Amino acid sequence: MTAPFYVSPEQLMKDRADFARKGISRGRSVAVVQYVDGVLFVAENPSRALHKISEIYDRIGFAAVGRYNEFENLRIAGVRLADLRGYSYDRRDVTGRSLANAYAQTLGTIFSAGGEKPYEVELFVAEVGDDVSGDQIYRLTYDGSVADVQGYAVMGGQSEQVETHLGEHYSEGLDLTAAIRLAVESLGSDVTPARTVPAADLEVANLDRTRPQPRKFKRLTDETVTQALG
Amino acid sequence: MLPEPFTAAGSSSFADFLAQQAPGLVPGASARGVGDLADVAPHGTTIVAATFPGGVVMAGDRRATMGNVIAQRDIEKVFPADEYSCIGIAGSAGLAVEVVRLFQVELEHYEKLEGTELSADGKANRLAALIRGNLGLAMQGLAVVPLFAGFDVATQIGRIFSYDVTGGRYEEHAFHAVGSGSVFARGALKKLYRDDLDETGAITATLQALYDAADDDSATGGPDLTRRIFPVVAVVTSDGYRRVPDDEVGAIADEVIGARLVRPDGPAAPLT
Repeated sequence: MTAPFYVSPEQLMKDRADFARKGISRGRSVAVVQYVDGVLFVAENPSRALHKISEIYDRIGFAAVGRYNEFENLRIAGVRLADLRGYSYDRRDVTGRSLANAYAQTLGTIFSAGGEKPYEVELFVAEVGDDVSGDQIYRLTYDGSVADVQGYAVMGGQSEQVETHLGEHYSEGLDLTAAIRLAVESLGSDVTPARTVPAADLEVANLDRTRPQPRKFKRLTDETVTQALG
Repeated sequence: MLPEPFTAAGSSSFADFLAQQAPGLVPGASARGVGDLADVAPHGTTIVAATFPGGVVMAGDRRATMGNVIAQRDIEKVFPADEYSCIGIAGSAGLAVEVVRLFQVELEHYEKLEGTELSADGKANRLAALIRGNLGLAMQGLAVVPLFAGFDVATQIGRIFSYDVTGGRYEEHAFHAVGSGSVFARGALKKLYRDDLDETGAITATLQALYDAADDDSATGGPDLTRRIFPVVAVVTSDGYRRVPDDEVGAIADEVIGARLVRPDGPAAPLT
């Protein structure tokens, strides 16, 4: 009879993390940028139908990279959770923080549970406040860790180069046009020399606190994006 | 960790999800009484709707009654359902408001999950299913009778749907009214409605109809001049839902009332 292989917990977690990171790094990046009227999401995504950026609730948006079926699952769960909470209490009682916590617990449990493979996804959950100081952006990784992000953040494929470029050029109080321009420029700087990402390959949406409707999430059309870039 | 039903694939209905996850929150779920409950809670009264080229108008009076008592004189009974539709309610007010809230979430939920809006007929059918769920209470006098109207983006026209307590769904043409004063309101609209009315014309016609309903039905509230409380009026066009501001409604209501001072029964229609 052969003894089962012993794998130390450290090694097990490391293997699972490496597996998840490898899956995530294969895709294109998503950038999130705080601007004067809210939060902007920009993703490189040639598909018109399969979104990486979505609306969760009145003031809450969602962006993801990695395996589509896995983050789509999480997105649907988030919409159900938010709608259920808003229906049982009040629309104002749905917060980005509680959603980020639910995602963190879900991702964390899947990551450390032995049976399933870890999710190969990273998420942004952003909530727009009444003013800039009320905006919140959370970054969630495959292992369930949560980080509170200030100003800007990038996840996905070559996120380090993109984030460096974004960090060098970001300043507080950008307007929407400047924020779109900066984010798109940054997404293109994942290779040297930098490339230009065509507007048709971009998925752009924002949470705009100046919208009169309660639902602040809006997808920006190709024309709007082209205009901003032009 | 989020429980399994949250991540289950297949259904885009919030009402189904709610029934499964929190059945106690489904409108009317815990209300199991015996006998006639008609007078235990306020009732909303008259809602009218009329189409015009490019859209639809819906107006509701502001009265809720409980037996012979006026329970509320500024209740709102016309609500946006989503960007391109509105819903007005007659019948048991508390239950009806809950049904409206559920219907609003239902439409938004579908839109967010599927990335596209339901068709006008799809919305009307979902509302029918929600109303059917209330049949038990309707038999005890707590009926919810909505009127649903919207702008059909596919065909670019305004459409009106009425319902019965069993969830029967009927498409109405041109105009319709529900609630206790609906007989009188519909009679007024029959004489006033023309299919070439513009938006202001359609609003005026619905206000005239509500005035006639209040004139002959004790449960329908007329314009309250001392408190300046006027009907809630919603317009849905290709630009989406718009609640007509109180001062605009007030101005049209003042004209209607001014003319009634001269002829109390309202404008005379030609005999032939």
